[in-house]
Amino acid sequence: MTDLQPIPDDWTYAPAPESREIVTLQPRYGHFVGGEWLEPSETYETLAPRDEEPLAVVGQATEEDVDRAVGAARDAFANGWSTLPGSERAKYLFRIARILQERAREFAVLESLNGGKPIKESRDVDLPLAAAHFFYYAGWADKLEYAFPNRQPRAVGVAGQIIPWNFPLLMLSWKIAPALACGNTVVLKPAETTPLTALLFCDVLRQAELPPGVVNIVTGDGRTGAALVEHDGVDKIAFTGSTDVGKAIQRRLAGTGKKLTLELGGKAANVVFDDCALDQAVEGIVNGIYFNQGHVCCAGSRLFVQESIYEPLVEKLKQRLTTLRVGDPLDKNTDVGAINSRMQLEKIEELVASGREEGADIYQPPCRLPEKGYWFAPTVFTNVAQSYRIAQEEIFGPVLSVLTFRTPEEAVEKANNTPYGLSAGVWTEKGSRILWMAQRLRAGVVWANTFNRFDPTSPFGGYKESGFGREGGLHGLEPYLEFDA
Amino acid sequence: MAQAPALPSGFELPLESRLPRIGSIDAVALEERAASLAKRSIKRDAKVWALELAIRTTDLTTLEGSDTPGKVAALSSKAIRPDPSDPTIPSVAAVCVYPNLIQTAKQRLRGTGIKVAAVATGFPSGQYPTPIKVADVRSAVELGADEIDMVIDRGAFLSGRYAKVYDEVVQVKEACGDAHLKVILETGELGTYDNVRRATLLAIAGGADFVKTSTGKINPAATLPVALCMLEAVRDVYDQTGRRVGFKAAGGIRQSKQAIQHLVLVHETLGPDWLTPDLYRLGASSLLNDILMQLRKQKTGVYQGADYFTLD
Amino acid sequence: MTGRLPVKKTYKLFIGGAFPRSESGRTYEAEGQNVASASRKDARDAVKAARAAQPGWAKATAYNRGQVLYRLAEMIEARAGEFAELCSGREEVERSIDRIVWYAGWTDKLAQVIGGSNPVAGPYFNFTVPEPTGVVAVLAPDEPALLGLVTRVVPPLVGGNAVVAVASELRPLAAVELAEAVATSDVPGGVVNILTGRRGDVAPTLASHMDVNAIDLCGANGVSTELEELAADNVKRVVRGRADVQSPWEIADFLELKTVWHPIGQ
Repeated sequence: MTDLQPIPDDWTYAPAPESREIVTLQPRYGHFVGGEWLEPSETYETLAPRDEEPLAVVGQATEEDVDRAVGAARDAFANGWSTLPGSERAKYLFRIARILQERAREFAVLESLNGGKPIKESRDVDLPLAAAHFFYYAGWADKLEYAFPNRQPRAVGVAGQIIPWNFPLLMLSWKIAPALACGNTVVLKPAETTPLTALLFCDVLRQAELPPGVVNIVTGDGRTGAALVEHDGVDKIAFTGSTDVGKAIQRRLAGTGKKLTLELGGKAANVVFDDCALDQAVEGIVNGIYFNQGHVCCAGSRLFVQESIYEPLVEKLKQRLTTLRVGDPLDKNTDVGAINSRMQLEKIEELVASGREEGADIYQPPCRLPEKGYWFAPTVFTNVAQSYRIAQEEIFGPVLSVLTFRTPEEAVEKANNTPYGLSAGVWTEKGSRILWMAQRLRAGVVWANTFNRFDPTSPFGGYKESGFGREGGLHGLEPYLEFDA
Repeated sequence: MAQAPALPSGFELPLESRLPRIGSIDAVALEERAASLAKRSIKRDAKVWALELAIRTTDLTTLEGSDTPGKVAALSSKAIRPDPSDPTIPSVAAVCVYPNLIQTAKQRLRGTGIKVAAVATGFPSGQYPTPIKVADVRSAVELGADEIDMVIDRGAFLSGRYAKVYDEVVQVKEACGDAHLKVILETGELGTYDNVRRATLLAIAGGADFVKTSTGKINPAATLPVALCMLEAVRDVYDQTGRRVGFKAAGGIRQSKQAIQHLVLVHETLGPDWLTPDLYRLGASSLLNDILMQLRKQKTGVYQGADYFTLD
Repeated sequence: MTGRLPVKKTYKLFIGGAFPRSESGRTYEAEGQNVASASRKDARDAVKAARAAQPGWAKATAYNRGQVLYRLAEMIEARAGEFAELCSGREEVERSIDRIVWYAGWTDKLAQVIGGSNPVAGPYFNFTVPEPTGVVAVLAPDEPALLGLVTRVVPPLVGGNAVVAVASELRPLAAVELAEAVATSDVPGGVVNILTGRRGDVAPTLASHMDVNAIDLCGANGVSTELEELAADNVKRVVRGRADVQSPWEIADFLELKTVWHPIGQ
């Protein structure tokens, strides 16, 4: 067995920065309400997590601001949007999709700058999927009777939507596209640390000539979200974010009759059998937990390795980690970017410290982390017990816990032994075993011989405390409709 | 003469006690990984370094029925001084020819350190009786070849006669004497990545100094996923036995961008130790001028035209 | 003699992404123009082009096919004025564009509506997927000149088929204009082929062609029985399409259904 050496930089790739000149940032943004920009009464500064550079001043929406936004959405719903034929609604959404495709590079750069993820990801994953999501749901707008035969589907009204900071524009498209396709109007609040692509999106709405008030964007922190959740004028709430806040929202809405969908946290089991395609399984594991710095609700954060393949797999995994390039999100060669915020970094550090204390073995490949900004090295814990906090709690960072199993039965039991149930991975070349595992895993998404694959046609959502409701596919329409039957 | 023991069908051949598991390859994931590595952006100094490495590891090749001493003499001059107007451009690693042209190449390359590689074993098809193929190798070595590029018997491989494939590699390695042996798998005929991995491990078990993708006579040849598959097998051999086997990508590499992508694959799979002519080669002919054009563009900042680079 | 003399268009066939004249060299007069008159050999060439292009079109993602069809709508919208002069007018053009947009939105949705997993009584995973039937011949109706053509040609494309369409003999100019829009819209060459000419020359060739998988007899104009008999020689799927209809079942008419079984076990 050879000593693990990091691959040294004898061939140093020169910096390959994507230029940020393609983005024109305003110094100050208001709230986008009724097709116009409202001057905010309270503001805060949003930063670039790679070096804490202030990027812009944005609004902290108050209850009054939220009230105006909901009012604008109600007006737009009542005065035209709800009676517009589906085929016309479709054409607005097709326009939005096409414009996003045209301006994809601009949005990708801004996403990486404001959020911290590598440009490679925002350019190759976030933007294409966001445009695809609008294109897909555009096609449903005038076909609802085929999705729900004999149910007379119709719009709910005004949807309040609260999205997280890990895939800002993509989460925006997951929320707005189906809502509009079904004839609703929307008030959306992007996450506090990542408002900028949502605000730039308002320019796409202008270019698409979307009627004013159909989409309204208010920025702010949890207080703004709470105001939106509690507003009587909102008929449906869609929330993607932490499990704790999701439960708080569910409690708040108890008895109100408002429709609710939740997409919360996860602690996915990634199960690797000894007959897997080994090198490709390693790629899948790496993708599962280090893609987007592990800021992924469906991240494969618990690796279950069949004991018979444990040593070769872990050795390959550690070796592979030494080729991950951590650095400037705008560098085209960066594989792992910045942690989104100081708060998230502290949370990761706290949980990693607990892992060490509880007795797990830690491995981090040597990497030079930048001095300014929020950074964490890719991390693997081995000799992890199920009871350790790092195996129980969602870390939402580039930290993998490795556990072992002997038989498929044991793997399923351990995989399901969690309050979460968002996703799971299975690695084996045996088809029947894939199907057997998929049948038994209590997770809304099962990835076999792949991981972190998303598509607008593929329904996504959790079991148990990972939330309820599905986004994507025909099923993603249901939360945004009322039915007679 | 080494013979692998006969086994009931369905069993893997226990060729070396610590041969890495053959296993299977997921094609979708392999191709994705190769595509992801191909997106590395290699600029400025890193690009110049890579282009010069590509030249230093090139086996400048001519393998045509119409090759003549005149053609090979001109190629050899090009091999020594790829760009007459720029003496900083290094020489290539080797010249690769058919056996009849070995002596011409040796004469022209005498004293330069550039190796003469010859194809043998009934290249490119390999569809000849074993003794004839081995005799082909002995004769090429006698004529002065420093390196032998052999082909495996794909007919035997695809009909499951792995012992025969292995056996021929062993015999050819013996016939090579001091010449170093590259084993061509002709990946384009093997059908699946599973087969590519199996053939790579078989060739290494038989004694290959280098494993090589293709003859360059058919498509597909050295695609990035195939190269990645073979490099991973080479890495597994190294990890488990400490033995370093070289890798040659040949066939279909015509543009500098592709060459750089291939070098990235090696760099991120095997590390910088393999980025040397002793362990890495690029089999190519028209690639060389494209690299020279790119190098001049890097140095002058101006896009180049073909008229300014000699054909040979 | 006042004013500027316009350059007159030549009305040719559309085969394999190119605009050839008929190999027979013949034309006929329709709507005041000389229009290429397709022969049996042109029909044969069109089927060859369709067959060659179809696998690539079927293998493209549904998303990609949807975008290509949407772009066809973009191209027609840009030429709406020209199209309006070749059919009943602006309204027919707008209905045609909107119909293409409607169908473009089905490419990545139909499988969820007509396919799915089947709960068989045993430890097997069983699922049904729709697939394109292959090469589809379409006899376009005389009326509506543009909308009728679009109504019959687009649904087979949604599912991944390649089409050989025979334009209306009386009103072929809208079909040629459509061919020009197709040629500029990222539709791969050979996926749509349009033959103008005398129906009687070309229809029986397509109906009897052993490498055509389905035939739409919308514009058969009274000879459908003879064509149906010819179609039986290779068990073609025969569709009696209507000239103005919009439904996902129009797409399904040109799809096969494949059902796959696999055991579920450790």
